[in-house]
Amino acid sequence: MLKVVELSKDFGGLHAVNGVSFEVGEGTITGLIGPNGAGKTTTFNLLAGAFPPTGGQILFDGHDVTNLRDFEIFRLGLVRTFQIPRPFAEMTVLENLMTVPQRQLGERFWNNWLRGGAVRNQEHQIREQAIEILEFLGLFHLGDAPANQLSGGQLKLLELGRALMSEPKMILLDEPGAGINPTLLGEIVDHIADLNKRGITFLIIEHNMDLVMSLCEPILVMADGALLTQGTADEVQRDPRVLDAFLGGTPA
Amino acid sequence: MDALSLLSFAAFFLTFASFFSLTCLGLNMQWGFTGLFNVGVVGFFAVGAYTSAILTGPAYPDTLFGGFGLPVPIGYLGAIVTSAIAAFVVGFVTLRLREDFLAISTFGIAVTIQLLALNLQSVTRGPNGLYSLPKPLSGLSESNLVDNLLYLGICVLCIGAVYWAFEQMVRSPWGRVLRAIREDEQAAAALGKNVFAYRLQAFVVGCAVMGLAGALYANFVGFISPQDFLPIVTFQVYVMLIVGGSGNNLGAILGGVVVWALWSGSGAVIAAVLPPDFQTQAAAVRIVLIGLVLALMLLYRPAGILRERHIVSREARMSPQSRPTR
Repeated sequence: MLKVVELSKDFGGLHAVNGVSFEVGEGTITGLIGPNGAGKTTTFNLLAGAFPPTGGQILFDGHDVTNLRDFEIFRLGLVRTFQIPRPFAEMTVLENLMTVPQRQLGERFWNNWLRGGAVRNQEHQIREQAIEILEFLGLFHLGDAPANQLSGGQLKLLELGRALMSEPKMILLDEPGAGINPTLLGEIVDHIADLNKRGITFLIIEHNMDLVMSLCEPILVMADGALLTQGTADEVQRDPRVLDAFLGGTPA
Repeated sequence: MDALSLLSFAAFFLTFASFFSLTCLGLNMQWGFTGLFNVGVVGFFAVGAYTSAILTGPAYPDTLFGGFGLPVPIGYLGAIVTSAIAAFVVGFVTLRLREDFLAISTFGIAVTIQLLALNLQSVTRGPNGLYSLPKPLSGLSESNLVDNLLYLGICVLCIGAVYWAFEQMVRSPWGRVLRAIREDEQAAAALGKNVFAYRLQAFVVGCAVMGLAGALYANFVGFISPQDFLPIVTFQVYVMLIVGGSGNNLGAILGGVVVWALWSGSGAVIAAVLPPDFQTQAAAVRIVLIGLVLALMLLYRPAGILRERHIVSREARMSPQSRPTR
């Protein structure tokens, strides 16, 4: 589904990501772990096209997306969420979701003068789809609330909801479990597993090892901008280099 | 003051206010809905004013270009077209910038346009200005009052048409994307929206309306010169939008009227109250006064007289029957 070859990103003299290669198989929930500063989020930003890489290649679903812009990559079905949720704060939860679908008739402003009826019909469809997703995520009762009234955990769900509105092939989740209570965490884990069964591939950055070990297979480990190792939860846990990386030793 | 002169004054006042209301509507599309910090409002207003003046004005003995003497509606249309083209060119190079850089570059462009008007003497007659610009529907009656009322009618029609068009545009999926870009540009791009294209559309549409307002102004007053297009006008229009309610089209119209009333009313009050020695400072006192209104507004009613509506697009309500929230 996703193939990364020798991916690099320098910021000035800092090699944030340094020749990373890996593959994410279709239908997997792949985990990406590593200590702070390992380059995980930078890797996400590269995959999602937030900025171009210094070197290397990214292939998604048979397309070379290395130098595509963020909105172009999105249109191919690769969607990301942010580590710190970025809702459209002054907009309602429902409108946050309804913004997402691509090529809406009413996104061409003249259609709103000339083809009001067709725009309205499409809006009703999009609203139905959004309400279904809100029900799935347990946010139905918050539909008309502005996003800035949501709790941190609810914002994570909102981000997931926005990602789902695009009917993506693959979702990049940046720390879905950070800063939310255990009950909600359980819910999020269930949602991810559920969506995975429906055919969506996931790549997840996460520090919560319970979540990673129970949900992700395989697991990629990054440290100092490079890929340290990869394997199943068991293999990774037994690898002494992984422990070193997390506990502050430099990888051999 | 008898009723007739009161009416005459009201018509004159409202006509002037409508130029501002219209400009405010244009700015609302950019700043209110999309978050574009355009500090060059007066520049696009000037482009519209000069376009209409050149298209509809008489031939002057000392210009090389212009004096086409075309019907006024063509002047208005021309103003919309040229200000839209100017906005497209300016927007194309500046709209990739972050907001503070956008502000600086649009400000510079407005100053440049004003300097062009001042120095391109063969077209604009420089500081001497363009005069004897025709007023549409004038001469239908002997009375100045009827003239002014008719012109006010044209202005109200223009505002009504722009208001209708903008509401259709904004309360739709298109407006939803604009608001999303205003809220978080990067998130909007991550959700597949071509941010630059939307910013450019909002910028061009807003500037075209500013150009129309400039044309309406030029043909009403009948005389324009670079003095009319100083940066202070941009400031006034921002105050109007913030007081009226940024992000609300009715608020934009209302803000134009209210702040213009304060502005023109304060002139009379200052003249009456200020000791003679300070009369020369009246203009400065007036700006201080408007600044004070702005500061009080931001303190006590930051959303403006009419606040932005909570739900942008018409169809985005959980149940169509439920009560609208604000």
